[in-house]
Amino acid sequence: MNAKSKTWPLPNAIHPPAHKAQSLREAIRTLPLPERLIIPLTQPGHHDAKLCVQVGDEVLKGQLLARGTVQPESLCHASSSGTVVDIAWLPVPNASGLPELCAVLETDGRDEWHRLPSLDPSTVDAATLLERIAEAGIGGLGGAGYPTAAKLSALREPHTLIINACECEPFITADEALLRERADEVVAGIGVLLRMTEPTRCLIGIEEGKPQALSALRTAVDACNDSRIEIVVVPACYPSGGERQLVYQLTGIEIAAGRYPVEQGILCQNVGTCHAIARAVLHGEALVSRIVTVTGAALQKPGNFEVLIGTPLASLLDVCELDGAKLSRLIQGGPLMGVQLPHADLPVRKTSNCFIATTEGELPTPPPARECIRCGMCSAACPAFLLPQQLYAYARGRDLEQTERHNLWDCIECGACAYVCPSHIPLVQYFRAAKGELSDFHAKQAMAAHSRVRFEFHQARKLEEREQEEQRRRERAALLKQKQDAAAAAGPSAQDAVAAALARVQAKKAAQQQESAAPQPTPQEVIQAALARVNAKKAARKAAERAAQQGEASKPDADDKS
Amino acid sequence: MSLLSAILVLLVLALGCGVVLSQLARKFGADEPALVDRIDALLPQTQCGQCGHPGCRPYATAIAEGEAINRCPPGGDATIRSLARLLGQAPLPLDPTHGKEDVRKVAYIRENECIGCTKCVKACPVDAILGAAKHMHTVITSECTGCDLCVAPCPVDCIDMIPLKNEHQRWHWPRPDAAEARHQLIASDRLHEARA
Repeated sequence: MNAKSKTWPLPNAIHPPAHKAQSLREAIRTLPLPERLIIPLTQPGHHDAKLCVQVGDEVLKGQLLARGTVQPESLCHASSSGTVVDIAWLPVPNASGLPELCAVLETDGRDEWHRLPSLDPSTVDAATLLERIAEAGIGGLGGAGYPTAAKLSALREPHTLIINACECEPFITADEALLRERADEVVAGIGVLLRMTEPTRCLIGIEEGKPQALSALRTAVDACNDSRIEIVVVPACYPSGGERQLVYQLTGIEIAAGRYPVEQGILCQNVGTCHAIARAVLHGEALVSRIVTVTGAALQKPGNFEVLIGTPLASLLDVCELDGAKLSRLIQGGPLMGVQLPHADLPVRKTSNCFIATTEGELPTPPPARECIRCGMCSAACPAFLLPQQLYAYARGRDLEQTERHNLWDCIECGACAYVCPSHIPLVQYFRAAKGELSDFHAKQAMAAHSRVRFEFHQARKLEEREQEEQRRRERAALLKQKQDAAAAAGPSAQDAVAAALARVQAKKAAQQQESAAPQPTPQEVIQAALARVNAKKAARKAAERAAQQGEASKPDADDKS
Repeated sequence: MSLLSAILVLLVLALGCGVVLSQLARKFGADEPALVDRIDALLPQTQCGQCGHPGCRPYATAIAEGEAINRCPPGGDATIRSLARLLGQAPLPLDPTHGKEDVRKVAYIRENECIGCTKCVKACPVDAILGAAKHMHTVITSECTGCDLCVAPCPVDCIDMIPLKNEHQRWHWPRPDAAEARHQLIASDRLHEARA
């Protein structure tokens, strides 16, 4: 092991009570295979998926069910073997409470795997490994479930690999339990990432106060004998496990607003993700299960479970012996960043790291919010160095432009500001709402800009059409006038025109005579009249043609003459 | 004498500086877009005419000349606020005589009823309706601004305005309303509230 590496402590952080011991009393447990699995087919934030199976299909464990339409790297696999009995919009653990596309799988009890061939990371190339990580549907298991393959593809000139074993939020112990029992597999996953990215160093950041996990990790790292891997113990505080915060603590590098660590050559991965990568590469297993902490004072037997994705939450709570009378709130995630769930009739999804069934005594309902007294405790607690009191004033006053100018988008929604607020103002809720309003506003602006371009084009096209029509009309009028002028100019000098006029007059006279003399003209007379008309017309046309030719050839002459 | 010469020198200096600066400003000065353009940039460009003007730009011109900023229902509260900030006015609530703010809707043509008259095609300010004479017309949803202008010209009333089905995309965290309502009170107010 290397010499103790330098750390950069977070200037702003909070120290909430950990509540971690209760769920670490027992080893990781498993549940009996549920009869029905409800597998969410989309990842949080994306709402459409391209289905790869139909209702009635028999599937094996690890078989592909759906692929994201927006993010093709986000895949969903069957968590057990059985029959797809339904594909429907069903409630899942999410913030909005809106149903999402899910596949309902009736398990056959055999739990039969469809494994991909296992790979040896020391012999295959990085592209094959990346393809495997994509095929296995691995997403970030510590946070928002962003597809690991997409993150790896976005990585530029890697120099540092950071492994996040901090798990700083109270109550959650899934990563700690994983490290205690399966540190060797986690380190195997780190080995795969090292092989893929070839960084100069790999830092594993773990909070102090996790001695068992640390010693297990040490043993595993020593066993793999890679001098690049280094374990760095950081002080326990919240939010030390935030990506940007951890990068700062371990390297002293601050990531600029709107940028990501991968753009600066730093890849940050959670230990759960590393474990999933090891399973995918070494055993050919898609991501179909995860470690979930089920804890809270309303449970008799809290603990960590390895559960299949799609397992009903209610069955998990049953195993933990939920006392329904004591239950006040059900939360997915931690108490600071998690979302409250309306009921337990929901499945476990890839991003469910923890469920808390809490009581009023353990996590009391916050008292009513009071006025902001501008004490500044929130800005002293903000790990993103924002001014929450200012942001709050602007968010409440719906001054969206100002919230953006005060860097609302840099808020990581960690909840530290609301935790320290002596007025109990739900600051993060305001910031989340303001972010939503702001993105709505930007979408509206973008739509308006787009519409303006189309409207201006529409106007220009209409104008052009009108101008063209006008131009044609003018041309026609000019031609007509030219003809008339030419005819008028050529008229007096042309014998033909006179002859034609005479013929016309004669024909007319003849017709009049015929009409007056005999109401019933004889056939000969009719023919004569018609002939005369034809002659007259011919003469007129000839005269006009000649006049036009003259007019074109010697207009000035004609003008002179006239 | 010395006083006069000093005044003269200063005058000449001031005049010279003024000429040079004005020429420089004319040559290199930043071209700030005209006020009408900046107002127009904030309007939603639906060209719906609910403000009483024949389009967004005429309304922008009218605002620049002093008309009220709260007559644009498609823009709603956010647009009024941006306009107020741009013009240094207090934001007003939306004038209800011009309509009320609604979710974004798009036109939908009931295609089996469409007779192919092209009247809606001509009415659409953003060319979002596709169709030819005696052929069925349809709306390009992504381009439709929901301005309603195609509804009136349709001789068979086969156009509906329906809200977009994007509830997942539309959803965002709500404001903590209940907390906000209580938050206005001080302790003694709460006593009054309890008694009332």
